[in-house]
Amino acid sequence: MTAFLAITDIGIRFNPAAPAVLVDVTLPIAQGEYISVIGHSGCGKSTLLNIVAGLLEATDGGVILDGREVNSPGPDRAVVFQNHSLLPWLSCRENVRLAVDQVFGRSKSRAERAEWVDENLALVRMGAHADKRPGEISGGMKQRVGIARALAMQPKVLLLDEPFGALDALTRAHLQDQVMEIHARLGTTVMMITHDVDEAVLLSDRIVMLTNGPEATIGEILTVDLPRPRSRLTLVKDPVFIAARAAVMRFLYDRHRNPAEAA
Amino acid sequence: MNTVIGGTASREIAIAESSLVVRLKPLALKLRSGLVNLAPLAVMLVVIGVVWQLATDHPGAGLPSPMKIWADSHDLILHPFYDHGGLDKGLGLHLFASLQRVALGFALAAIVGVALGMLVGTSALAMRGLDPIFQVLRTVPPLAWLPLSLAAFREAQPSAIFVIFITAIWPVIINTAVGVRNVPQDYRNVAKVIQLRGPKFFTRIVLPSAAPYIFTGLRIGIGLSWLAIVAAEMLIGGVGIGFFIWDAWNSSNISDIVVALIYVGLVGFCLDRLVALAGRFAARGTSIT
Repeated sequence: MTAFLAITDIGIRFNPAAPAVLVDVTLPIAQGEYISVIGHSGCGKSTLLNIVAGLLEATDGGVILDGREVNSPGPDRAVVFQNHSLLPWLSCRENVRLAVDQVFGRSKSRAERAEWVDENLALVRMGAHADKRPGEISGGMKQRVGIARALAMQPKVLLLDEPFGALDALTRAHLQDQVMEIHARLGTTVMMITHDVDEAVLLSDRIVMLTNGPEATIGEILTVDLPRPRSRLTLVKDPVFIAARAAVMRFLYDRHRNPAEAA
Repeated sequence: MNTVIGGTASREIAIAESSLVVRLKPLALKLRSGLVNLAPLAVMLVVIGVVWQLATDHPGAGLPSPMKIWADSHDLILHPFYDHGGLDKGLGLHLFASLQRVALGFALAAIVGVALGMLVGTSALAMRGLDPIFQVLRTVPPLAWLPLSLAAFREAQPSAIFVIFITAIWPVIINTAVGVRNVPQDYRNVAKVIQLRGPKFFTRIVLPSAAPYIFTGLRIGIGLSWLAIVAAEMLIGGVGIGFFIWDAWNSSNISDIVVALIYVGLVGFCLDRLVALAGRFAARGTSIT
């Protein structure tokens, strides 16, 4: 079976004189799979995501999505950015609307597009605040609008770049549950960058652990064999959850300790 | 039964009264905070007036005292729109003529300046070719352009408008270019992912993102325009507040000059606030951070 999203032998260097940031990253991802990429900050997680998004060009190797090579950004690989990246001069609805108009400008009528925008805002429970500007809503709400905007593009892969990193713990948990629910409902393929071990174990089918840079690569891949739907409350005592969590922790804090912390 | 009805009625009245109080309270508060804010200004004005009066209220003083200004020039203050034919017009009409010139010159500067700023901001080639020229020309004092524009246009009116244009355009160009260059990478990434390109990228992303910068440029521009017009009008004559001041000087009406200066200041202040307000409206949501 060929992978739905095939990341093959990816390497990237920004400066010919400096060592490569990523080398030999090979990661086949199945359709509907939820993949987390975890690693210490600066290891090149976001770089990998940006290559898949098409925002960065790999020096070596390539990415093939659903039989087509990725060589530029596009709405089939919608990104939820770490800092939400909503346009501050547009309301939440207009932000989603801008993306929907771009992607479905030809295939959907004006009324269908308007309905689709509202449907996606309702999916992240932002329907009531749709007419507010990003400056008027909380960080968690902004991130929800960012997710709605990405989902509204009906992407083949949803790319999440540390989407909950800037949020407080309660908001983060709430949003994680929503993302799990949406993933269960829509069956979207997801690639998420994170540095939160619990988050990775809770959400993912597989956790990809990157070694420290420079010349970072995949150190280990852990399959999280937990049935869905998952509940954070029952998982806390689940031996599989605890074992998975311990495995990731061992990788991050024992074998591949952050060089900055070790020094 | 009756008592119950009476009870509700009186309660309704009480509610109505309290809501009236609620509505009046913010107004009273606003009035009060307004007074608190204006009080220091009023005190300052009185102090300046008194000191000025004391300093100039003696025979042989070079400058007129406030009382003398009122005695000499209250006609100017009370009748800004009189027109006795020729150049004997009210201050309002002179100001109006100056404002017309500024409006025309500034509008041209805004249009051409934003367009050039966009060009320099987006194209590295245009930036390398034009920016050094802009940087040199923008340091030329406004009045230095006047003889050249008089030579080119051979008429006072277009020359004055050109001086306004050439004075106001530089900050508009430079700020627009900076705003366009500083569109955050986040917004560019969003545009790339949704494949927003060409003119649509420009109108939906670049322009709104650069709007605060553009309006900063326009605000500096209108201020410089107003500085330049008074000086330019002193030289070209005809009608206008600058000419009025020069004419008053030639007829030794120092009191008239003082009144005119106060008007020039107030109008300049209003122009600045007007552009700032337009900017706040146009750039709502965004801010320079």
